[in-house]
Amino acid sequence: MTARETKALKARDKKEIASAAEYTKPGPIFTPAVDIFETEKEITVLADMPGVKAKDLNIDLRENVLKLYGEAESPEGKNEVDVFREYQSGNYSRQFNLSQVIDQSRIDAELKDGVLKLRLPKVEAATPRKIAVKTG
Amino acid sequence: MILRKLTDWPTWGWRNPFDEIERMRRDMERLAQGLTGTLLREPSAGVFPLMNVTEDNDSYYVRAELPGIKANELDISVTGDSLTILGERKIHSEDEKANYHRMEREGGKFSRVLSLPGQIDTSKVEASAADGVLTVILPKAEAAKPKQITVKA
Repeated sequence: MTARETKALKARDKKEIASAAEYTKPGPIFTPAVDIFETEKEITVLADMPGVKAKDLNIDLRENVLKLYGEAESPEGKNEVDVFREYQSGNYSRQFNLSQVIDQSRIDAELKDGVLKLRLPKVEAATPRKIAVKTG
Repeated sequence: MILRKLTDWPTWGWRNPFDEIERMRRDMERLAQGLTGTLLREPSAGVFPLMNVTEDNDSYYVRAELPGIKANELDISVTGDSLTILGERKIHSEDEKANYHRMEREGGKFSRVLSLPGQIDTSKVEASAADGVLTVILPKAEAAKPKQITVKA
């Protein structure tokens, strides 16, 4: 397994979205960068969501729409004053339409070091059955 | 007669033709600031990782978002007034049979030197990484801490 090329990493601003429906708490909402790939058996989603703990992450899958919503609290303490700020802390939200039907009972989600790994196993195709025809 | 009417008009004349546009641009920026409450773009050195530096009376706090990087993959060093962070983000490539729909996350090496606004005590620096956020706590050197001065009446 090779790692992706090791050239210098460029800084990217976090992508903020303006969603049609506002959330009750004010604050910026960012789209997390994701990698999605599919094998024969399952679809895997890897999302970068730094600052989100497992208990603040909502994953919702209904009607073939996958919604990810993670809340990241501002890590600064109360007495801290900003000297220099290059990025904002905010919540992460992203939605995907899934083309395949997913076996919901076997979904596996793991959040480590701010990276969510979500494995969505595909429903196994129904095994073909021969149907006997009764006469009489 | 027509010529005189043209030059009497206050906006025509020998002034810089870009004055109007400059004024409009400044007004737009002020309007945008009023709407969002912050500058349109935060100042950024443009180097990965983006960092936030905050302070209180005793220390500086430097935070950076580094998802997927474990604490032992980072190389952090400090001098009297600067912090250096080196590391590499590796993205694990899946096998060839995997069919990628999206590939938005990036991997690569990064290194950044940050100058702090004051001197720090290098022996007491602490760094911790949790949930993909690196926090470095740099206690200020005694000379750099603010001291209250009483005013004699």
